[in-house]
Amino acid sequence: DLPRQLPFRDVREEEVPVGSRTDVTSRYETVYRSTTAREAAALGAAAPQEADAALHALQDASPGSLTVYVIPETSSLLPQGINVYVGKHRSALVRAGQGLAALRARLRQLTQVMSFTASSIAAALSDRVPDGQLGLDARRHLKSSLGYEITFSLLNPDPKSHDVDWDIEDAVNRYVQPILDKLSFVANFSVDSQILYYAVLGVTPRFDRESSSFLLSAHSLPHVINPVEARLGSSAASLYPVLNFLLYVPERSHSPLYIQDKDGAPVPTNAFHSPRWGGIMIYNVEAPASPQASLPLHVDVDMVRVMEVFLAQLRLLFGISREELPPEFLVESPGNEGLADWELDRLLWAHTVENIATVSTTLTSLAQLLDQISNIVIKDDVASEVYQAVASVQNAMAELAEGRLRSAFQASKEAVTSSERAFFDPSLLHLLYFPDDQKFAIYIPLFLPMAVPILLSLAKIFREARQRKKEPAKMD
Amino acid sequence: AAAALLLGCCGAALASGVQDQAEQFFRSGHTNNWAVLVCTSRFWFNYRHVANTLSVYRSVKRLGIPDSHIVLMLADDMACNPRNPKPATVFSHKNMELNVYGDDVEVDYRSYEVTVENFLRVLTGRIPPSTPRSKRLLSDDRSNILIYMTGHGGNGFLKFQDSEEITNVELADAFEQMWQKRRYNELLFIIDTCQGASMYERFYSPNIMALASSQVGEDSLSHQPDLGIGVHLMDRYTFYVLEFLEEIHPASQTNMNDLFQVCPKSLCVSTPGHRTDLFQRDPQNVLITDFFGSVRKVEITTETISLDRDLAGFESKLPKDELATEPLKYADQLPVAQIIHQKPKQKDWHPPGGFILGLWALIIMVFFKTYGIKHMKHIF
Repeated sequence: DLPRQLPFRDVREEEVPVGSRTDVTSRYETVYRSTTAREAAALGAAAPQEADAALHALQDASPGSLTVYVIPETSSLLPQGINVYVGKHRSALVRAGQGLAALRARLRQLTQVMSFTASSIAAALSDRVPDGQLGLDARRHLKSSLGYEITFSLLNPDPKSHDVDWDIEDAVNRYVQPILDKLSFVANFSVDSQILYYAVLGVTPRFDRESSSFLLSAHSLPHVINPVEARLGSSAASLYPVLNFLLYVPERSHSPLYIQDKDGAPVPTNAFHSPRWGGIMIYNVEAPASPQASLPLHVDVDMVRVMEVFLAQLRLLFGISREELPPEFLVESPGNEGLADWELDRLLWAHTVENIATVSTTLTSLAQLLDQISNIVIKDDVASEVYQAVASVQNAMAELAEGRLRSAFQASKEAVTSSERAFFDPSLLHLLYFPDDQKFAIYIPLFLPMAVPILLSLAKIFREARQRKKEPAKMD
Repeated sequence: AAAALLLGCCGAALASGVQDQAEQFFRSGHTNNWAVLVCTSRFWFNYRHVANTLSVYRSVKRLGIPDSHIVLMLADDMACNPRNPKPATVFSHKNMELNVYGDDVEVDYRSYEVTVENFLRVLTGRIPPSTPRSKRLLSDDRSNILIYMTGHGGNGFLKFQDSEEITNVELADAFEQMWQKRRYNELLFIIDTCQGASMYERFYSPNIMALASSQVGEDSLSHQPDLGIGVHLMDRYTFYVLEFLEEIHPASQTNMNDLFQVCPKSLCVSTPGHRTDLFQRDPQNVLITDFFGSVRKVEITTETISLDRDLAGFESKLPKDELATEPLKYADQLPVAQIIHQKPKQKDWHPPGGFILGLWALIIMVFFKTYGIKHMKHIF
């Protein structure tokens, strides 16, 4: 019941209006073909995870593309009630559905999940969208930057009672480094860690008699961060945005400490995060078995539990969040890698579009600045950076139109670097502003005395010339 | 039944009111706060300008903005001035009630570093690459910035260090460049000088709210002298602003309209002014802590990812580029050979411009007309 003979391709274009002078055209190119023998063998596996792993070895999907395998409606590969399975790499398994229309609808939904959507593009271009049209999500994500600094801090306000030990280096190598390696194409990352003693939260938690624990309500959370932030510090040399992840071990007198959400229930993760800043997790230490245990108690932090939360917060801060999924979708968790390939592609799409928009804004404002102030001198290196930025951004747009995601992103990164260097060059500072009345006050005393004899002589010259014209009539 | 219905309606309205106030939190759209506090006067008798700036610094720190997000520029050192009878203190109230200098003040630009050029460099971001992070304004498009300036000023200008001035047009252009590069979400500009309102007349970039201590033609007066220290300690406007800010705590809901009422003419002798036409939100909805404090928006983390505990840490898949490098010596850190043997860059010769040519032609023509053409043959 296919419209044409396999293989065929289908192109669909969609306009995404973003702002008054910006709109984005997105093009979806769909290629339909039949499966090869090896792929069919891989699809005969027992569980979707194995099928996904086997298929990943067979295909070589380029970044930005997705491969969808349509399996019969009655196939037992996917569990009951699940119609779509999204894998860790760039492939998905979809049940055929009742007819072509149902399949197309599922494919549409799948593209919304796995690839960019109108809202994700609009979020990337958030400063061009008129205010009020964006949801809260748009303001949460970190801006595209050339690098990020990640700092893990352990806060121990009560070292007399708790002797806290965390093996952060091992945890970073095992759990954080894989996701950073995957993101290394996006930006440079540097990770550091510190332990702060006697650092207290800004709010006093309430004691709840029913659960005999201390509670921090949701509306007091915003005030927690500030007193701590002054102590956190950051690297003096780098200018990259900093992401702080704090692990707080409450004092013995305030243990156990739970965070309450708006409905009054304790939060299972016991953690909260702040957009563009980082996250805080509260780690409760169990009370010692015997009350006569000697203080300080030795605490070995369970880094897996901590990293599960921190990495989830890291993904949220970057905008790799899961939107609401329809119930028939099953999305594979990326596991220790931290990031699925298609999630990385989504991030790259958003960052590429954002970079291109930033470059065009920067270069436009630079041109406007030079129009307004005519006596700024442009040095040769600034000029060459501008040319390079323009060439790179045109290259990025061309690559993006072709769908070559990695090279488009690379070009957009180069364009951003060049344009920022040109715009923020220290030599472009224009200081001298001469208001018109000051111009009169300075130049008139200088030129008026000099001009008086010149003007008088000019008048004399004109008078003589006119007289000589009348003279020849008489001289003859 | 009617009464019950009415109560039900009231209850619903109240609940939505509380919800609205909670949502108002998010309406400002900013995620971080910065402050640029500038004192532009030097000399001991301008003690009050340093005290002004330090009291705003103290309030801003108390309400939560960390030092890493404050750029403090003080043109002179009053605390360690040899004429200060109480060294390491700067008082704002007479009888030495309140020491605004504290023991954790971090001055980023001090003494002669406070110039118009450095101030404009901080605002526009065109800073030489060797500047440390603490001296930069690293704001982004979601930053609310508070800019406070004090010193001696006049109609359309503000004096820096008794030797140069910044005009209101330059300031407006600097803000416009900040807007073009989206270096702020909203900006609050407060100025406490004579004829302060003239400084905000020329702003034309969106999302700026401005307050000044006096109108054009009026002088801002100082508050009270301290007989022990021998100078005036604060200016009136900032004194009453400080008293107002001492009542604010990080969770307070006081809005900008209250700040506009601070220091009426009866107390201040000058008429404070404000400008809100460029600001998109209604000042009624703008909290004081939107600019003076740093209240972060938080979200509860509801999801986690699942990690496999037993997976052994694998070697990073990326090739580690270990180049065999020789250990570097101290003398090698600067490319001295390149610097010393650099040839001076050829300055291109440009022919004289039209104005100069015209002037010289005029002078030569007048000369020869006056003294006669016959002298020409002696020259050629």
